[in-house]
Amino acid sequence: MPQEATDTRAAQSGPSSTLFGRFENVHQSFARAGQDRLVAIESVSFNLRAGHLASLLGPSGCGKTTFLRIVAGLIPATSGVVQINGTNVTAPQSDFGVAFQQANLMPWRTVIKNILFPIEIRRESTRDTLERAHELLDLVGLSGFENAYPSQLSGGMQQRVALCRALIHRPRLLLMDEPFGALDELTRMEMQNLLLDIRAKTGATVLFVTHSISEAVFLSDVVVVFSKRPAVIADYIDIDLPYPRTPEVRYSSKYTDFEHRAGRALGITR
Amino acid sequence: MNKLHRAIYPFLGVAAILAIWQLYTFISGISRIVLPSPLDILRVSVTRFDLLLQQTWPTTLESVAGFGLALLIGIPLAVCVANSRLLNLTLYPILVATQSVPKVAIAPIILVWFGLGIESKLAIAFLVAFFPIVVDTATGLRATPPGLLELARSLRASPFQVFMKVQMPAALPFIFAGAKVAITLAVIGAVIGEFVGSVNGLGNLLLTANSQLDGPLAWAALVWLSLLGIVLFVAVSLTERIVMPWAESGHH
Repeated sequence: MPQEATDTRAAQSGPSSTLFGRFENVHQSFARAGQDRLVAIESVSFNLRAGHLASLLGPSGCGKTTFLRIVAGLIPATSGVVQINGTNVTAPQSDFGVAFQQANLMPWRTVIKNILFPIEIRRESTRDTLERAHELLDLVGLSGFENAYPSQLSGGMQQRVALCRALIHRPRLLLMDEPFGALDELTRMEMQNLLLDIRAKTGATVLFVTHSISEAVFLSDVVVVFSKRPAVIADYIDIDLPYPRTPEVRYSSKYTDFEHRAGRALGITR
Repeated sequence: MNKLHRAIYPFLGVAAILAIWQLYTFISGISRIVLPSPLDILRVSVTRFDLLLQQTWPTTLESVAGFGLALLIGIPLAVCVANSRLLNLTLYPILVATQSVPKVAIAPIILVWFGLGIESKLAIAFLVAFFPIVVDTATGLRATPPGLLELARSLRASPFQVFMKVQMPAALPFIFAGAKVAITLAVIGAVIGEFVGSVNGLGNLLLTANSQLDGPLAWAALVWLSLLGIVLFVAVSLTERIVMPWAESGHH
């Protein structure tokens, strides 16, 4: 099979060249009682292309989660430009979907009602949204669990439900904060394939925070490597591997080269 | 071990105590005024059933109404305390201070205010049931998982939506924990009220029977009071299961 046919980026050459997110000199510091201000992010600038999956890779506590929260509109940047789709982000946007490290499901709601929560908050419930919730559940392989409570599900299943909830209102930007961090290795790999599958089907742009080099390389069009706090960009790596990515790609020499490059940027390997 | 097996053990324990008690009264020949045997109490419970049942209603009404009033006033107050720093600073110390006043000690004063009727018992039951409901509800409202609040914020939920759809349901287990303590206390409060001054109720019956040296009837009233407490507690527990079916499903 020719490579172009399997490369979604090549297939969607239109949107992939479009600028979607623009981050310029984003700086974040916090006031501390009796001490100097804590600088979490020194200065971060990069562009996010439409339909791309970009990973923010960095050591624990480097400010990558803070950066994601800024993009999500949950906290304001101290200074700098955060633009999504030409608009300055100052508050959560209605076409964003957010998935956190913890599934954050409501124990008192059934699976289907958890997924419909964003719709309910926006008072947009229709027959279509219910249908879409069922479709999403089917997509993540949880058909038949509509009326189960979260406590009856495993960690991996809960994250799938959280993913459905983040996708229910067809967000143009999906923000994910180490969503698979708490899962075991096998479930994590399964979820990674699922995410790529969903991305291919929805065409959503994804910003994905992780501290796993292998996860970042496997998933991404682009890996943005954050330095230790205060964060600057240590490297910006175009992952030039075709989609759909099969598990075998992890054993290719190109893949390990990317891993080495990311490792060097993190200061782990030479 | 299944549910049935587990239920047998407390029954065995109670049966053993009752057997020893019965044996002791039989062997020692102790006066029925001082300590009637379990069979004496059972006999009186059957022969004076109408009287006991008739006296159960006022006590039940006082307890349940006092408990209901505590819910009605306690939960909204907890909402205020949990959501406003100012109200929290103002009201919380007062709440704790009033709680440290012994309820038995204010019972006579309340009797002076509300008279011998049901109102004074209701007021005392309310006073004792009120505190656990306010404290537990306020704790529950403040213990909302931060992740859920963040999620709601990312969806731009209004403060009212956050309260109704996140904070309140997350606080339900706490509210029920407080309610279960409160309902038991409400029965105690009602009996305190009846002891201090009343014309009917199981507490009144117990006091009257005692003064007439009718040991078995006094003990029967005591047993009925305990049963009333258990029945009301179970009623609250069942309500909890109906309102919070998810709490049950996790244990499978």
